[in-house]
Formats: sequence, C-alpha cells, structure tokens
Amino acid sequence: MGGEVPAHPALRPFPRQTLFRFFITRFGMVVPTFFGVTVVAFFLIRLIPGDPIELLVGERGIAPERHAYLLKEFGYDRPLWQQYLGFVHNLLNGDFGTSIVSREPVLSEFLTLFPATIELSFMALFFALAIGLPVGILAAVRRGTVFDHTVMGISLTGYSMPIFWWGLLLIILFSGTLGWTPVSGRISVLYYIEPTTGFMLIDSLLIDEPGAFKSALRHLILPTIVLGTIPLAVIARQTRSAMLEVLGEDYIRTAHAKGLAPMRIIGIHALRNALIPVITTIGLQTGVLLAGAILTETIFAWPGVGNWLINSIYRRDYPSVQGGILLVACIVITVNLLVDLAYGLINPRIRHAGKS
Amino acid sequence: MGKNTRATWLWLVAGLVIVIVVVVLARPYWEPRFFPPTVTEIEKTLVYCSEGSPEGFNPSLYTSGTTFDASSRTLFNKLVEFERGTTKIVAALAESWEAADDGLSYTFKLRKGVKFHTTKNFTPSRDFNADDVLHSFNRQGDPAHPYYKVSGGTYEYYQGMSMPALIKEIVKVDDYTVKFVLNEPEAPFIANMAMDFASIMSAEHADKMMAAGTPEKADLEPVGTGPFQLVQYQKDAVIRYKAHPGYWDGKAAIDTLIFAITPDASVRYQKLKVGECHVMPYPNPADIDTIKANPDINVLEQEGLNVGYLAFNVERKPFDDKRVRQALNMAINKDAIIDAVFQGAGKAAKNPIPPTIWSYNDATKDYAYDPEAAKALLAEAGAAGLKTNIWAMPVQRPYNPNAKRMAEIIQADWAKIGVEAEIVTFEWGEYLKRSKNGEHDTVLLGWTGDNGDPDNFLYVLLGCDAAKDGTNRARWCHKPFNDLLVQAKRTSDIGERTALYEKAQLVFKEEAPWATIAHSVVFMPVRKEVSDYRIDPFGGHIFYGVGLK
Repeated sequence: MGGEVPAHPALRPFPRQTLFRFFITRFGMVVPTFFGVTVVAFFLIRLIPGDPIELLVGERGIAPERHAYLLKEFGYDRPLWQQYLGFVHNLLNGDFGTSIVSREPVLSEFLTLFPATIELSFMALFFALAIGLPVGILAAVRRGTVFDHTVMGISLTGYSMPIFWWGLLLIILFSGTLGWTPVSGRISVLYYIEPTTGFMLIDSLLIDEPGAFKSALRHLILPTIVLGTIPLAVIARQTRSAMLEVLGEDYIRTAHAKGLAPMRIIGIHALRNALIPVITTIGLQTGVLLAGAILTETIFAWPGVGNWLINSIYRRDYPSVQGGILLVACIVITVNLLVDLAYGLINPRIRHAGKS
Repeated sequence: MGKNTRATWLWLVAGLVIVIVVVVLARPYWEPRFFPPTVTEIEKTLVYCSEGSPEGFNPSLYTSGTTFDASSRTLFNKLVEFERGTTKIVAALAESWEAADDGLSYTFKLRKGVKFHTTKNFTPSRDFNADDVLHSFNRQGDPAHPYYKVSGGTYEYYQGMSMPALIKEIVKVDDYTVKFVLNEPEAPFIANMAMDFASIMSAEHADKMMAAGTPEKADLEPVGTGPFQLVQYQKDAVIRYKAHPGYWDGKAAIDTLIFAITPDASVRYQKLKVGECHVMPYPNPADIDTIKANPDINVLEQEGLNVGYLAFNVERKPFDDKRVRQALNMAINKDAIIDAVFQGAGKAAKNPIPPTIWSYNDATKDYAYDPEAAKALLAEAGAAGLKTNIWAMPVQRPYNPNAKRMAEIIQADWAKIGVEAEIVTFEWGEYLKRSKNGEHDTVLLGWTGDNGDPDNFLYVLLGCDAAKDGTNRARWCHKPFNDLLVQAKRTSDIGERTALYEKAQLVFKEEAPWATIAHSVVFMPVRKEVSDYRIDPFGGHIFYGVGLK
C-alpha cells in the first residue's frame, strides 16, 4: 500500500501466521492496553488541580476538620498508589466506583446514558457513510474535475470544523430562524417516555403516542449532522484515495480491456478492494465519534456519556471521570479489535496466509 | 453482458422512480397514519429550560442551586419560608412560631391537615406532624440516626450554617408542637429554618423504605408536601412533575411542570425563542439586548442578593494601615467596572450587604473616585509606589461575570496612583483554598446570600470567627465591629437588630477592609404567555404561583 493510504498493521502480509494466531496476538495486545488506560484514567484527572471538596462547598468554605473527615470518607486521604491499587482491585471485581456527587454507582449511570450516545453515534456514522462513500467514489472516478476539487475542498473544511461553533450555527439557522428542526433534546418534552431500551427511536415506537417517533427522528437531524461532519470528511477522503489506488491497478485495466461496463468495474471490482482500508478508518472513527460526542451532546443537551463526562470533570468527580474514561476506552478498544478481526476475515491476504 | 447490466440498471432506476412517485402521491393517505401531526399537548404544561442536572432530590445532601430548584423549591416545604420574590419570612408548615425571651429556644406550632405526596410506591397513611420535623433534622444532626449515613450522607449546608454547634436538642412537645433548644441565642436561626436544607421529608416513607431494606429510595423517590410531585427524572435530560392535588396552600395553577435540561445559554435562548420552553435562567449578558427586542419574550430583572468585592489582606503590610485601604478604594473607578464588566447589569456597591436586605444602610457614604486624593493619602501612609497583586477568579459568578477584566481595570486604575499590581489566578478550587489560607494581597471574590439575614453576610464574611477560619478573606477582626454583630445575634427584635447592623456598616466603610464593587442584576427571560413569574432574590426558580395564559 502506498499513496495517501496509511498502511495498517493488519494490512502487512502475514506469511507464516495463521488466522488463529493473528486473533490471539490481537487479543494479547488488549490486556496491556487496558492496564495502560487504567493508569491514564486514574492519574490524568488528578493532575488537574482542584480539590473536589473545595469545589463542592464553593465560597462558603469548609472547616479543616470537616475537610479532613470528608477526604477520609471518600478515601482520598490515602497515598495515591494505594488509591490506584484499590481502584484496580475494585475494577477487577466489576466495581467501577460510586460517584461522589450523585452517590450512584458509576457503571449504572454510564449504562443509563450510554444508549443515547450509541444512538447518536450510529446515526452520525450512518450519515457519514451514506454520503462519504458515494462522494468519495465519484470524486475518484472524476479525478481532477471541478467536482473532485470541490468535494475535497469541502471535506477539508468539514474536517477542520469546530464542532461547538458548527452546532450553534446550525441551531440558530435551522431551528431558531427557519423553524425546521427542534433546538435540542432527544424528543419533545411533551411525550412521556418510560425508557425501555434507552434508544429513543425504539422507545418512541413502543409507546402508543402518535408522532413520538417522528419527533425523535427530527431531534436527531442536527446532532447527527454535527457529529457526523468530521467522520464524513475523513471517509470521503479515505474512500477517494483508496479508490484512486485501486483504479490504477492492472486488473482494472484488464477489466476495461475486456469491455466490462464501467459501473460494474467501479461497483464490484474496484470498490470491494478499496473498502478494506475504509473499514479500518471506520473503526478508528469510533474514537473520534466519542470525542465529538462530548461537545455535540453538551450543545444539543443530549443526555449521553459525553455530556456526563464533561460535568464530572468540572465537578472533579474522580470516580465518575476515571470509571467513565475507562469504559469509553474499553469500547474503543473493543470496536477496534472487532474491526481488526473483521479485517482479518475480509482481507484474503490474511485469510489465506496460513494456507500458502 | 455489458448490455444486460445496463438494462438491469435502467429497470432499477425506473422502479425506484415509480416507487417514489407512488409514495409522494399517496402522501395524504399515509402521512396522518405514520406521522400524525398532532402533538399531545397536555393541559397547562410549563417548560423550564434549566441549566443543569440536579445532583439528587434530597436537598439536605447537596449545596447547589440547580439541585434546590429541582427539589426543595418544588417537592418540599420548610417550617417557615420566604415569601415568593422577597426575603420576608412567612409561615409554611409551621403556622406560627415564637422565640423564648432568653433567645435560647424556638417553638413552632405546626399546620394541621398537610398531605404528603402519593407516589407509585408509597401512599401516606397520615398527615404531616412533628415526627416528620424530627426525622428531617435529626437525620442531618444525629450520627446515631438510622438515616444519617444513607446516600453517603454529608450534610454540608447543615454543617456550613453551624447547625450542629447551634442546636442542643429538638423536642416533640406534642404531635403539632416542636421546640428547638439552642446552645446560644442566635437571631438568624429563624431565617435558617427557611433554607433549603431545612426541607421537611416524610418520616413514614423513610421508615417504610428502611423496613424494606432500601433506605436510599427515600432519597431517590422523594416524598414531600410541596406544590409539585416528582413523576420522572431522565438523567441529564428531563425532570417531570405534576401538581400535588392535595397541596395545603391550594393546587398549583399549572398541571405539569417540566425541566428541560439545557446546559448551553445560547441554546436555551433558541429554545425559548421558538417556544420549546417558557422560562430560561442565566442568559448570556451579550444576548440581553437581542432578547429584549423579541416581542414574544419579557425580560424580568432584579438586583441579586449578592455582593462582589475586593478584599485587602490586613495581615500583610501595608494593608494593615487603613489609610492604604482607603486610598486604594478611592482609586477604583466603579462606574467603569459596571459598564465594562457588568455591561450595565450591575449596581455599584457601597455596603457589604445588597440593598434588598433589611437594615441596608443607605446613609453610608462611599469613597468617591479621586485618584489625586488617593495618591496623597497613600503617600501619607508611606506606601507610595506600592507593589502588590490582585487575585482574579477563574470562573463566572453572578456577582462577578468577568473577574479577569475587573482585575485589569483595577490594575489600570491603581497604576494611575503609582501602584503596580500583578494579576494572579488559579483553578477555582485552588483559588478558594489559597485565598482562604491568606496567600493573597488583595483578592476578588463575592457572596450570594443564603437566608436573607444581614448576619449571613456580615458575620460570615467579616466576623472575627471567619477571620480565623479564612472565610473572611480580608482576615480582618475588628472588635468594635464584631461586638455589634454579636449583640445583634442575641436579640430577636428586628428594630434593635437593624440599628446595630446599620451602625456596623458605617464602621465597615470607615475601616475599609474591602473595596465593595457591585451587586449584580439578575435577568430572567420569560415568554409572554407566562403570568406572575417572580424573580427569587435567593437565585432560585420557583413555579408555584406561576400561571400560563
């Protein structure tokens, strides 16, 4: 692989490695990554100055004895390494800690909010793929045309778009001025929804309220666009360069020479091969989506984990921050692992490596 | 093969076009079935775009105003309360109260026939009585109480108002009479009883949850006597209330109250503009003019119960000399600050208490802006060419929307009289801690009143006890001033207390431990269809008594 497509580790040939060994290696890398994340999650928030108890009481202040009592109560009076070992010990027992603000288990708060983030991220990814793939393909096929330059120019803009500003701009235009979309939230507050699955699109269908589903869908439009903008730009550019690479291959020239319909060459012979690096990109975009979710959720008052993490950081709610970061990291690791595995299955160079 | 493929494509495209045409033409048929345009508008629903999520629903466990809005100001009552929109104390769950002559006890006669909320999992079997009062206070004050540790109980407001040191015991005289015995006379006690932490919860509900082995549910599924009851909380999204049908003061004028949690101020305004909510707090100061120009929205405004100040650390030289403090006071151009920092949404402060509090002394004469006189006075004190620092808070507070800008203005003003000041800032928690330890020369800070009592400003921020623990950022302990405050604590006669506080304010001004800067003005954009919304001087948002046209 060359050109603009970065060579993914999994893309390199595995001459003597079986598929099974490939899987084992990938799994093996997960364990140290996980422990690395626990260290980062635990110590990073503690590097930010600010005492959670001082923040809790504000200008009012707190007597030193009371301060010491509360530190002890939360277990923050112990040396940092002891706190860290306690944190890892609890983690291994499936305990992600208890929020010092809401006093609820971090895991249950996370799980309550996570479906909202998944729903939004899925829609954003879908949006990015639905537009990014065709546009990327077209740009590659019409390389050097005005269309190609326009698309690549726009995608560069999209890639560097400040999410907060972009979100506010869309709200002011489409919701505030034109009144086409709702401003924020997941569904009109007039619908009483008892969360069953946590996915508003499903829950709104489960209740017997006319219009609820439509309301949920309408509320998704702007946040989906905002969150999907960066992945869209990345996918469009990635697809274009992968397609260009493939279109220059000998077998494509052969296909042309055989007189195959251009649609067939592009749609079947070229796209299939070009999709391989694009799939890796999609895996890598999960991290981008979750990071983008923090800002998107804050601006659209979207009750997901991004919004929650930001609030926890402001309040120096250590257990929520470290538990939340860890859970998000686990998800990113898992998705990337799955993508790598899927990749191993799709890419014949890996699939057939053992046989050759 | 090429031809075949082309034909297949043509058929596909043609099929798609036909499907689209059919769907579009049949729209009048399917649209009402799949997407009925009607929204189930519930009768009299008021939507409030709140700024954040509550930490929980038991106000005694938390300290933030956001939590109080969602709990003590909707779900609960206190023995006495502040009349809506004022700092005046009126009867609530107590019909009447009286202080003993020695000021060492307060006896409350409780209201009869007050109903608790009936929720999904709890039906009250009795009306409110003295047991509920004892439960609500003992839970916070008695470490042996079965509920003391429930929900990780740390009762920071109860602690912060020194209630453990103040209350000796709480006695149930009979089912409808409760007596609070104090360790020392404390006139502001009655104002404390109107604060959020003093909300009354159902003892019966708590007992039931304890017996069921799920005591934390007493906090998660709150049962109070307030005008609204909790229907649903979707974390970080929506809080839904309905009017309490048996509310002792009459059912609320709205049937459903919804808090739509919207953290961003610009987004809140957009929601208000298109009618997704009726009331929004904390608009961006820069947006006020735009909002005022909107014909669908009224912008209410009122002076906040707060003060922003610059405290001089009197333990450090030359700030121990009152002439230096006076000179630095004279050198500050407050009008410029009101314009630049508050953008007009503030009022210059001359007293350490805001004008909305009783005993505010309007006769106090502020130091007029006079750089020449300031320079002369500074030279007289031998502090010409002083080098110092100004601490500026890293956060926006109601009493100071932009501390850094304020510090820059003061820095420039002082430069005119030859004082060189460096601006210092820290992360908020660190800032509070260090300034409490007295590491500053001068520090910008402020205060928002808890209970509308002058003592809550003067004693808490300027008393000698506060100088010891650091809440008094000037670390100023001035006996004549402190004596006046202590004397005022010992009498419950309002007239007598007023006279003492008025005098104290004059002493304060003369001694100048602070440069009093400003009281903010609170803006509350409300849609035109909302009737009788009143700004709460304590910064709360109260919806009982509010109607919809």
